Amino acid sequence: MARYIIRRLLLMIPVLICVSFVVFFLMDLAPGDIVSQMAPADATPEQIEMLREEMGLNGSVLQRYGRYLWNLLHGDMGTSLSLKRPVMEVFIERLPATLKLAFASIVIALLISIPLGIAAATHHRTWLDGSSVVLSMISVSMPAFWLGLLLIFAFSYKIKLFPSGGSGSFKYLILPALTLGTEQAGNLTRITRSSMLDVIRQDYLRTARAKGVSEKQVIRKHALKNALIPIITVLGSTLGNAFGGAVAIETVFAWPGIGRLTVAAINSRDMTLATGCIIMFTLMLNLTLLIVDIAYAYVDPRVKARYSK
Amino acid sequence: MENNRILDIENLVVRFETDDGIVRAVNGLSLQLEKGHSIGLVGETGAGKTTTALSILRLVPDPPGVVECEKLSLDGRDIISMPIKELEQIRGKDVSMIFQDPMTALNPVFTVGEQIAESIFLHEDVSRAEATRRAIDMLELVGIPGERANEYPHQFSGGMKQRVVIAIALACHPKLLIADEPTTALDVTIQAQMLDLIRSLREKYSTSLIMITHDLGIVAEICDEVAVMYAGSIIEKGTLEDVFNRTKHPYTEGLFNSIPNLNDRKAMLTPIQGFTPDPTDLPSGCAFWPRCPYACEVCKKEQKDIRISDTHYVRCSRYEEKDFRINRKEIS
Repeated sequence: MARYIIRRLLLMIPVLICVSFVVFFLMDLAPGDIVSQMAPADATPEQIEMLREEMGLNGSVLQRYGRYLWNLLHGDMGTSLSLKRPVMEVFIERLPATLKLAFASIVIALLISIPLGIAAATHHRTWLDGSSVVLSMISVSMPAFWLGLLLIFAFSYKIKLFPSGGSGSFKYLILPALTLGTEQAGNLTRITRSSMLDVIRQDYLRTARAKGVSEKQVIRKHALKNALIPIITVLGSTLGNAFGGAVAIETVFAWPGIGRLTVAAINSRDMTLATGCIIMFTLMLNLTLLIVDIAYAYVDPRVKARYSK
Repeated sequence: MENNRILDIENLVVRFETDDGIVRAVNGLSLQLEKGHSIGLVGETGAGKTTTALSILRLVPDPPGVVECEKLSLDGRDIISMPIKELEQIRGKDVSMIFQDPMTALNPVFTVGEQIAESIFLHEDVSRAEATRRAIDMLELVGIPGERANEYPHQFSGGMKQRVVIAIALACHPKLLIADEPTTALDVTIQAQMLDLIRSLREKYSTSLIMITHDLGIVAEICDEVAVMYAGSIIEKGTLEDVFNRTKHPYTEGLFNSIPNLNDRKAMLTPIQGFTPDPTDLPSGCAFWPRCPYACEVCKKEQKDIRISDTHYVRCSRYEEKDFRINRKEIS
């Protein structure tokens, strides 16, 4: 198991290098650059060139990438061009807000989707099953920013219950977490339902019933643990996405997280900050997926047996 | 007499109401089993043997299954009207079942020890530790080293898994054991071991047994009585001697004729002609008449239970004719 984890961690290095390469070159291809934005309007071409050199943006894209990668391999993600502060420092500052939102939304999503998915599967082809399918379809198809706007309209404009944006006390967390959680709940409900439906037909549940296990325990103990693998898979990618992908929701609710930071960095052509944020996001996503794979082993002994080989 | 019966089924009907029509799995089956006795339920695939067994535990999936009967009592207690809580206490305790396919009958995410202990913990007033200890005893009883209790089903071979399934079924010393083709999914070499195991455990705990199989050899080996099923009902029932040596029903005769003759390996098999009837569209009268070499007009309209002796009866209207005989010779 330990060897497996180390191998997975080492495999992340080439992934991160590839990601940094792609992001760096795409950013270079984008029109406009930060130097012309930052230079005074009456600057001469020589002055602009000097500024470019000061910011470390001189030379061909390959040269610049080489320098960036060299620093990166030494653990230095550089300084944000627009904020004039180390990228790592800015990132760490914004991280708690994103983590808070991600975990709060996942908790909401799980609280909705697991019971609903199980109920749908155990009441297959009834109105309950049907409405769970419709509800999850709606939640998956509905753009998150739109749901966010509706919630703001309802709960901060009409009924002044929660603030419409910003961060601070627990009150600020509720609307964005609810929006993100509802979106995630759709997918999780669908996967819980189909996974449970699959397991419910298995012979070993009949064995459990024949032993005298109550129906409640058959579902909660014998079926759910078997159904967990696909649920954990989706949960992992959902959580990974919430870490860096909640851009729209962070924007709608003016939530000071990584998503908004990244978008701002891209808009201002802040090469180091944007690349840094995306690399960190990639790292977090990869770590989440690794945790998911480790979690499999605890749920399914057959997977564990594979790892130990 | 009544009190001596472990199982009493009167006119059991099970049908599955599916989108493609009504599947008539069991049609008016009656079966009585004395305490301590063992009966073999024999028939082709699709004859309704497993469905009958599941009805006894009320495990027929509903929907689409619908179970109706005049009487279904286990050790004098009515199963059909029993509340689900009481039923859960009976399952695994008074009656338990060995399933056909050991590969899928065990839960892959729990250790075999946990799966055996669960049954003991549910039914007997013991601590978890005590249940686990007894589960290990059970494992050793079926010939698996106790230290393997902490292993998972995927670490066992098919025969070992079936031993575990048997251990689960016998963990609480049930009064009635239903073995649903316990050896079908196993190698022939393992089959004899399983049968020996079931027989010795049955003798040890004086358990009544319903052995579901399509293998007449197995029946001859461990059953006192035989019931032959065809299209969801019992068409001949009697002691081993009755059915094996004084075969009455044309279908039973067909079954015996289909057994390969080991003394004459070049001999051709004599299969029963035709196929088992479509359970969504059963023939009128006796369900066997389209395949029966003795069928006549009356068979298309009705079927009658004819009592041959105290222990032996056959469901075939032709025995109303005084001198009707099938070709198979009686063996005395």
